[in-house]
Amino acid sequence: MSLLTLQNVSRRFGAVTALNNISLSVEPGELRAVIGPNGAGKTTLFNLISGFFPPSDGSIVFDGEPITAVNPSVLVKKGIIRTFQITEIFLDLTVYENIRVAVEVAMGVSLRPWVSTATRAKVNSRVEELMEIVKISHKADKVAGEMSHGDQRVVEVGIALSRHPKLLMLDEPTAGMGDEETNHMTGLIRSLNKDQKITILFIEHDMSIVFGVADRITVLDNGTMLAEGNAREIADNPRVQAAYLGQAA
Amino acid sequence: MSTEASTMERKGTVSAKSNMQQRYPLIILGIALLTVPFWLPLLGGYTDLASRVLIFALAAMGLNLLLGFTGGLSFGHAAYFGLGSYGTGLMLANYTHSTLLSILVGTVVGGVAATLLGPIAVRRRGIYFSMITIAIGQMFYFIAVRWNSFTGGEDGLTGFSRQPIHLPGYTIDLHSTNYYYLVLICFAGGAWLLWTILNSPLGHLFVAIRENQKRLTFLGIRVDLYIAISFAISGFVVALAGSLDALLDNFTSPDNLRYTLSGNLLIICVLGGMRNFWGPLVGAFIFVLVQDYVSSITQNWMTVIGLIFILSVIFFPLGVMGFFRKRSRA
Repeated sequence: MSLLTLQNVSRRFGAVTALNNISLSVEPGELRAVIGPNGAGKTTLFNLISGFFPPSDGSIVFDGEPITAVNPSVLVKKGIIRTFQITEIFLDLTVYENIRVAVEVAMGVSLRPWVSTATRAKVNSRVEELMEIVKISHKADKVAGEMSHGDQRVVEVGIALSRHPKLLMLDEPTAGMGDEETNHMTGLIRSLNKDQKITILFIEHDMSIVFGVADRITVLDNGTMLAEGNAREIADNPRVQAAYLGQAA
Repeated sequence: MSTEASTMERKGTVSAKSNMQQRYPLIILGIALLTVPFWLPLLGGYTDLASRVLIFALAAMGLNLLLGFTGGLSFGHAAYFGLGSYGTGLMLANYTHSTLLSILVGTVVGGVAATLLGPIAVRRRGIYFSMITIAIGQMFYFIAVRWNSFTGGEDGLTGFSRQPIHLPGYTIDLHSTNYYYLVLICFAGGAWLLWTILNSPLGHLFVAIRENQKRLTFLGIRVDLYIAISFAISGFVVALAGSLDALLDNFTSPDNLRYTLSGNLLIICVLGGMRNFWGPLVGAFIFVLVQDYVSSITQNWMTVIGLIFILSVIFFPLGVMGFFRKRSRA
């Protein structure tokens, strides 16, 4: 059974059709990229799946349950966790504190106005574990707002992981990064998928990254689905070439 | 290896060290506050002045839980301060001779009002949130002004005074010095409560709300609910301060409910540093002392406060405590 299935999903904003009749499914354990030129509808697709707004038509099923028009806080509990194009973290807090808040939320202890030693220890070890997974432990006491863009993105992934995602959605995880940061992030995405067995859906602009990392690729253009397949199939697809080369030329 | 070392540091050495570093000033502050009645008169002050500093510090620290740590700019916290004052005053004037019971009632009245009204304000953010808080606050002001027979109207509420506290086989007369110690106990209790909350998961979440609400929403948090909780706790603490204020002068007036008081509490927070736990205490110290000293010279003491406020915002945007923090870090 697919983890995520979209059936004939459309989204209109007034007279503008941002997404038109999209059907796709993501299998458990998959590492799926969504690519497409600016305005193709990639982020709209993310917003629909994560419950930011409901689709105008069509249905979405996650983990066997219909989630069309279910609000974000419920989806989070079902295991759909996303990051944003613009990094959304807690800038005035340290890396450790950023992830600690997320861990406390995930453990469901956020309403407690006190903290027991046992809880503190449990939270602490989980935070350490997550910082280890995203490889940011050495910067634990750095204030997030004073770190590089790349490190901030990594912190955001750490926050997202705190909720034990079944489906992790990353919106342009490498946007605006230098080569070294990009390598770190793509390595991280790969290891989350292969080692932590997390199904990942990510939006990416850079074709070379997509081809190197993703199992399967969905190509959107102008709100419609242009193609879907593995790297080879996508690279050889004449319609994709036209969309991208046409744009480049 | 280096990773492990930094982990160890965070868990052990660093926190132990910072505990000690935090403790020394706290011990000094504690001793200074405990001995106020002995040294303040030598400096030409009087004990009631110290009580007033602590009362305003407590109110501002309560407000600051919402303002500095949760990021909610309330312009109406005078309402909960004033409800505390009136609740306490009316209890003593009409229903009981117990000082402690009337403080409790005043605190509960103001706190419950904040708990019930906070959820209305938290439906909006930013300036709209502030406007709703101010409107709710002014509502109580006008009720107090109009309801002459019960509240004493514009003349304020009189006809009550703090009563001795009766313990088994012992009576504590609440003269200025003893009352100061009662205020100090309440202040310490309030500060301990706020400190404990800020170091709990709930407090961590408040600060996270200040930093990024969108992130929290997408972690599955109902942000409104948590702002309302912060609003309520802050209302209880402010109401306790209001109760103590009524008993300090054995008098309360609609001014205790008015938006100017809300503004003063905000000024105290900003002046002392609203990102710092003890900032409001420093702010209250400056505010109350300047008020006391300048108002003995001229009626226009607010002009001086205003000037100090403008200068401090320009030169120490993070408040006095924020300024020293930065200095010591650099």
